[in-house]
Amino acid sequence: MYWNQKYECLPREELKQLQLERLKITVERAFYNVPHYRSVMQAAGIEPDDIKSLDDIRKLPFTTKEDLRNNYPYGMFAVPLSEIVRIHSSSGTTGKPTVVGYTRNDINVWAELMARALVSGGATRKDVIHNAYGYGLFTGGLGVHYGAERLGASVIPISGGNTKRQVMIMRDYGSTILTCTPSYALYIAEVMEEMGVDPKKDIKLRYGIFGAEPWSENMRQEIENKLDITAIDIYGLSEVIGPGVAVECLYKNGLHIAEDHFIVEVIDPETGEPLPEGEKGELVFTSLTKEGLPIIRYRTRDIASITTEPCPCGRTHARMSRVSGRTDDMLIIRGVNVFPSQIENVLLEIGYTEPHYLLVVDRENNLDVLTVWVEVSSKLFADEVRKLEQLGRKIQEEIESALGISVRVKLVEPKTIERSEGKAKRVIDNRKF
Amino acid sequence: MKVNQISVFLENKSGRLAAVTRILAENNINIRALSIADTSDFGILRLIVDKPDTAFEVLKKEGFSVSLTEVIGVEMPDRPGGLAGVLDILEKNNFNIEYLYAFIGRGDNGALVIVRVERLEEAVRCLEENGVKVVTGDRLYQL
Repeated sequence: MYWNQKYECLPREELKQLQLERLKITVERAFYNVPHYRSVMQAAGIEPDDIKSLDDIRKLPFTTKEDLRNNYPYGMFAVPLSEIVRIHSSSGTTGKPTVVGYTRNDINVWAELMARALVSGGATRKDVIHNAYGYGLFTGGLGVHYGAERLGASVIPISGGNTKRQVMIMRDYGSTILTCTPSYALYIAEVMEEMGVDPKKDIKLRYGIFGAEPWSENMRQEIENKLDITAIDIYGLSEVIGPGVAVECLYKNGLHIAEDHFIVEVIDPETGEPLPEGEKGELVFTSLTKEGLPIIRYRTRDIASITTEPCPCGRTHARMSRVSGRTDDMLIIRGVNVFPSQIENVLLEIGYTEPHYLLVVDRENNLDVLTVWVEVSSKLFADEVRKLEQLGRKIQEEIESALGISVRVKLVEPKTIERSEGKAKRVIDNRKF
Repeated sequence: MKVNQISVFLENKSGRLAAVTRILAENNINIRALSIADTSDFGILRLIVDKPDTAFEVLKKEGFSVSLTEVIGVEMPDRPGGLAGVLDILEKNNFNIEYLYAFIGRGDNGALVIVRVERLEEAVRCLEENGVKVVTGDRLYQL
């Protein structure tokens, strides 16, 4: 089943031709409308006319999250705000978030891509889509929502949280497709069990389309068994467009990248040089149709490989492997991006000038739990329990307000946290993906 | 009149208390009184020792978070109501007690209790005005 057979199954030669035409337009638009792109291209001695083949994309400078931050909030937009109809943002590394803007046409394209993704994952217009991705600045909720409406399915915009109510609605309203993070899907399954709701008898779910955090084949097995569904992996990031950049088909053997709207490259994160097909490296995306925020060679920091081998589903678009890691120290906790440096900043701000801290991530009852270990130096130490508990609470509140997720704080003795030469080890991730 | 107490931050895990006492033993420091305040995650060990300055230095050198806190040593009759009498005085005069614990040895005329209050000097004056004996640090360390 396809949503847009013509483009999803476009022969690769035609696809490449389309990509080249669209790349030229994108580069021109970026060069003439975004001062950042103009200055970095000029510094590299590149003009839009230099893009004559798809390989010429390698002449263009990379774009990083840092570039988006330096142009906070709207500096990377290629159109005036009057043309922007939607703004989303994701968490930033030092308090400043990344802001992305969409024109009416961008929203259209995104809805199209999400409709394709839902169909690729088994959805039809007869389905009742239970959308438990968070609605708000996060692109997950509204991204799926618009795609589901475009498809003509019935959307339940339930957003995250209040899991018992989710189960009740799923049962009573007859939800057939679940969209949320994979860890939340497992949590829902657990709550169902507690409530005595049998997924096989009481629930009509057929498919689940899960993303926004790393997961594994084992986790897929567990979700599929517990909820009695087919679980599909979806990929996206707000800087590129949001969910719908890539999605699995029902063969579940790699995620098809919407190549008529994006060019994907896999590079060696150290050298920036392209890697041969099939080799793991950093994913780099260039948007081909975006108006509000054209993005050129965006370094995702996500590690995966690409294949253009034909897929039995008939789609011609290249497939990416599951994301197997990151080139930076970003963690994804309950779907939220967390950088250790954000926590360091909070500790510095509350006067803890030599922050010795460690982030420990566990998965308890299928939910991510972040515990921040903070060494109690002689300077922080107070002789009274009340004062130390206040200190712990203050650190916890400040971190929670900076990250937007709940954390635990554990006060530990000095020298508990391993000191290392050079790069400090800041993270212990005990989750099994 | 003040007594210097050593406070040590301890995580709730096995062997920490033993580590502190071992370090004190190796440095020939004698513990005169101690108390532990604990929560589910951490504890605070409070000690009166014969050589507080040395104890502070060696524990710090061993990497513990240590502080010196001023407390009062109060002597009272070793009979029912002895402590109650002292606490009554502090309460009537609005001194808030943060914590207190008993001293292992005895004073010249009775039991000894270590008390931590805010406005320490005022508290000492108040107790003495009310006829309570407050023991000096130098005397306590050697008891």
